[in-house]
Amino acid sequence: MHKILVAAVAACLVVVVLFSGCGGTTTGSSEASAGTDATTAPAGTAAADSQGDQLTGDPIVIGAVVSTTGPNAPLGEPERMALELFEKQINAAGGVLGRPLDVVVLDDQSNAKEAVTATQRLLQQEKAVAVIGASGSASTLAMKAITAQAGIPQIAMAASNNITSEPPSDWIWRVAPKDDLAVERAVSHVAEGLRVTKIAVLYDENAFGSSGLAQIEKVKDRYGIEVVAKESYKTDETDLTAQLTKLKGSNPEALIVWGTNPGPAVAAKNLKQLAWDIPYVGSHGIANAKFIELAGEAAEGVTFPTTKILFPESITDPEQKALIEKLITDYTAEFGQAPNHFSSHGWDGIAVLVAAIEQAKSTEPAALQAALNGLTDFTGADGIFTYTATDHDGLKVDDLIMVRVEGGKWALAQ
Amino acid sequence: MSGGTSSRVSRFVPRNWSFAVLAVAVLLVPAFTRDTYILSIFAFMATRFMVVVGLWLLLGLAGQISLGHAAFVGLGAYGSAILVTRADVNPWLALVMSAVLAAAIAGLIGIPTLKLKGHYLAMATMGFGEIIHILLIQLKGLTNGTDGITGIPPLSLGPLNFSDPRLYHLLVWVVALIFFLLALNLTNSRLGRALQALRRSEVAAQSLGVDTSWRKLQVFMLSAVAASIAGSFDAHYVQFVSPDSFTLNVSVILVCSVVIGGFRSVWGAVWGTLLITILPEIIKRFNEDAVNLVFGLLIIVIVVLLPVKSGPLARLQLLLRGRERL
Amino acid sequence: MTFEQLLQYIFSGLTSGSIYALTALGFTLIYNATGLINFAQGELVMLGGLSAVGLYQAGLPLPVAFLGSLTIVLIVTVLFQQLAIRPLLSRGVLAQVIATVGASLALRTAAMMIFGREALPLPAFSGDTPIRIFGASLNPQTLWVVGSTLLIVLALQLFYRRTLTGKAVRACAVNPLAARLMGVSYSNVVLLSFAVSGAISAAAGVMITPISFMTYSSGALLGLKGFAAAALGGLGNPVGAVVGGVALGILEGLGVGLVSSGYKDAIAFVILLLVLFLRPQGIFGGKAVEQE
Repeated sequence: MHKILVAAVAACLVVVVLFSGCGGTTTGSSEASAGTDATTAPAGTAAADSQGDQLTGDPIVIGAVVSTTGPNAPLGEPERMALELFEKQINAAGGVLGRPLDVVVLDDQSNAKEAVTATQRLLQQEKAVAVIGASGSASTLAMKAITAQAGIPQIAMAASNNITSEPPSDWIWRVAPKDDLAVERAVSHVAEGLRVTKIAVLYDENAFGSSGLAQIEKVKDRYGIEVVAKESYKTDETDLTAQLTKLKGSNPEALIVWGTNPGPAVAAKNLKQLAWDIPYVGSHGIANAKFIELAGEAAEGVTFPTTKILFPESITDPEQKALIEKLITDYTAEFGQAPNHFSSHGWDGIAVLVAAIEQAKSTEPAALQAALNGLTDFTGADGIFTYTATDHDGLKVDDLIMVRVEGGKWALAQ
Repeated sequence: MSGGTSSRVSRFVPRNWSFAVLAVAVLLVPAFTRDTYILSIFAFMATRFMVVVGLWLLLGLAGQISLGHAAFVGLGAYGSAILVTRADVNPWLALVMSAVLAAAIAGLIGIPTLKLKGHYLAMATMGFGEIIHILLIQLKGLTNGTDGITGIPPLSLGPLNFSDPRLYHLLVWVVALIFFLLALNLTNSRLGRALQALRRSEVAAQSLGVDTSWRKLQVFMLSAVAASIAGSFDAHYVQFVSPDSFTLNVSVILVCSVVIGGFRSVWGAVWGTLLITILPEIIKRFNEDAVNLVFGLLIIVIVVLLPVKSGPLARLQLLLRGRERL
Repeated sequence: MTFEQLLQYIFSGLTSGSIYALTALGFTLIYNATGLINFAQGELVMLGGLSAVGLYQAGLPLPVAFLGSLTIVLIVTVLFQQLAIRPLLSRGVLAQVIATVGASLALRTAAMMIFGREALPLPAFSGDTPIRIFGASLNPQTLWVVGSTLLIVLALQLFYRRTLTGKAVRACAVNPLAARLMGVSYSNVVLLSFAVSGAISAAAGVMITPISFMTYSSGALLGLKGFAAAALGGLGNPVGAVVGGVALGILEGLGVGLVSSGYKDAIAFVILLLVLFLRPQGIFGGKAVEQE
């Protein structure tokens, strides 16, 4: 009995100590109010003599919540690596407003609840002036509620539309091309590239797939497309022959498959099995080597929209081209692998924030908000960003290209 | 069981004073820290504790296993979310309504399956859990599918607004501690002793006049209610619900909490909750992915090594667990 | 719906149904020997598939990878049986369920740590060219799956009825005490049952991977559906397990084709609950299901 109560009290204390101890950069008093960093950078600091690792001044802390573990790890890992690279490079080049940049990356384990806890920690303990996150849409939405309430800018790297389309949305900006944009790119390819009018849609029943279908329905008239049939499948479905058989009965001229791996790969294989030779247009969710690995030969001829980082030669803007080529070189040298579009999301996420800070010459939330809303023609890895008070997505359809799988590799389509 | 209220109270205090100290310690935490991060850890621990206590009653006391308890938590969370955001129901009323629904469903499932062998309830609850998960995704009009429901308002009661982390901590822990107290007293009550008899031998219990099916059903329903209330609290705290918080994996981890904490006494629920919160943090220092592996292996080890009839290992166990209860 | 479409739905149902049948057989073997439900059965199927992928990607030819994965799963199963199951056989249902649930969690996480989180493929045993039958197309891999299932069922039946060891196993299922009194080594029977169950499940896993890939998390659903199939056919009845599996598969295929795909998994669970509530002994009448 005695043992139990002593142990229970001790355990409570352990919890408190353990969790406060793992903050790392805990400031002494936990009484400080959230968010506003009282010290703004001294104006016009001579950054020139702060080369190397001898930057002076309080670090500017930017928080990031990414999924380095859990199902979204394939998204979170490249994002984290890009953030690390940017932090390293900018500190070597004199920091931000003459102060060192400190990017604190926390793992949300691909889980919205963990994202909530992580964001609390970034705002309360790390005193982040802005946060980037998350890798997945559910976590991003959960974070959004907190950053909006705290009045802290958040940069989203996930593509789900409702991140910016649903309130609260005054404190969130996005760097990844949103799903709707990718859908429109795919539809425009069907209309202008393939030149057909009747399509069937096979979509994942999750938020990604469902919103894809919704957007197709919304833009189809603009491109003169008719959806003759649609079928959904559950996310980890292993056999799509039933759905495809149903779709085939409506005689479409092209098939749009909107989902993330492994569903579209199963669809590709099943198409081959059914001996149904129809053009297959996929989502940006299959813009990875995994799709080809899973689908094997069935991946031949499949097209999908993606950002230009896969094909620097397709970039017309010289600034963006230079940026991407440098990113590819530096990233590969640092990590031994080429960057993918998740890396570019991570990169743009921090780049956009730093640009806003330098523009506003301050880290005050209100100033950042104004600077972000005023960001025009900012060259990022994912495209040229222009934000306004009402458009927090920043990119256009032209920022995406269509890629086709040929001989097990990617080629520029049309 | 003699005497009136005064002797009951005077026996209550000394027997439960370890509980009293725990309660005071936990409730005083907000006095020592205003850090929202730490308070959020405690907030999640409180609701987890509620579920684990309920599950302990089912597993430890009645010897029945539920592999779908995450679904009851989900019922509470979504019940509150939908009623409050779609139908403008008072959050407290919604909490009660969801709990009633959970109890009803538990009753429906329990009546046919509690007659069958233990693993049938396990499978039935597993199946039920999966069905709920599927429904949460499919009934998009009601639940918003995988997008989840956002904008759930925080709880408030008159002038008290529970979006203040410290107030919320008090609220949620008071409720959790009430559950714990109920469970403590249940263990020593008529129902509790009947259930413990049941765990030893159903036949013997029946021959002594214990209505086993009805008792098991009561406990199952009670555990469902605890889970549902916990879910409702979480929904108002995170202000967001989504289907992937209520999966089979979560149910299994809950069972792990009870097993690892020990199901000899209700205090096992305290240990279980603590361990489930602390252990992952420690394990992640070594290997980020290994948490569930450790849990899985741990419960195998515990269950294999645990009830040793005699010998030095048994004595060691008795020592560690304190006085063995009936 | 046209005839070709109906046939197509049935073919796809046959494929998954065979896997459910094999998983259900795995359950049945263990249940008959020990009276316990192995909640980790699905994980054994998953391990079979993933081990084969690992061996194949390491450079071994497909047949060798197949046998290799059988061996690996066999070892894991036997280890599990010796270390965790044997001590628990006298302990009661609760402890057994907890142990197998713990095993499934541990195996699933171990697989995630070893093989990663993404789906992994295997090449088809005899190529991808579909076979056209009456307008519907059949995956040649399906023939492998169905064929092997039939072979295994046949072999098991022969084993049970014609060999002495098989009869000993059946004796243990009917009355372990009496069997032991007659000189049957109960622990050997249990060991054998586990081993065969593991091998069958592993084979199922390897065969299904070329069709629908294998992920570390695939085991949970497979296990549940395998149990639903076994319960449907009558727990403890091998023929029931196979019939239940195929029936479940075809019902799923038709359900997707006729209704919608989102609720596909729900079909198995609804069947499970219906069986448990209405007729716990299943179609063919299984073992006694009441409390002891």
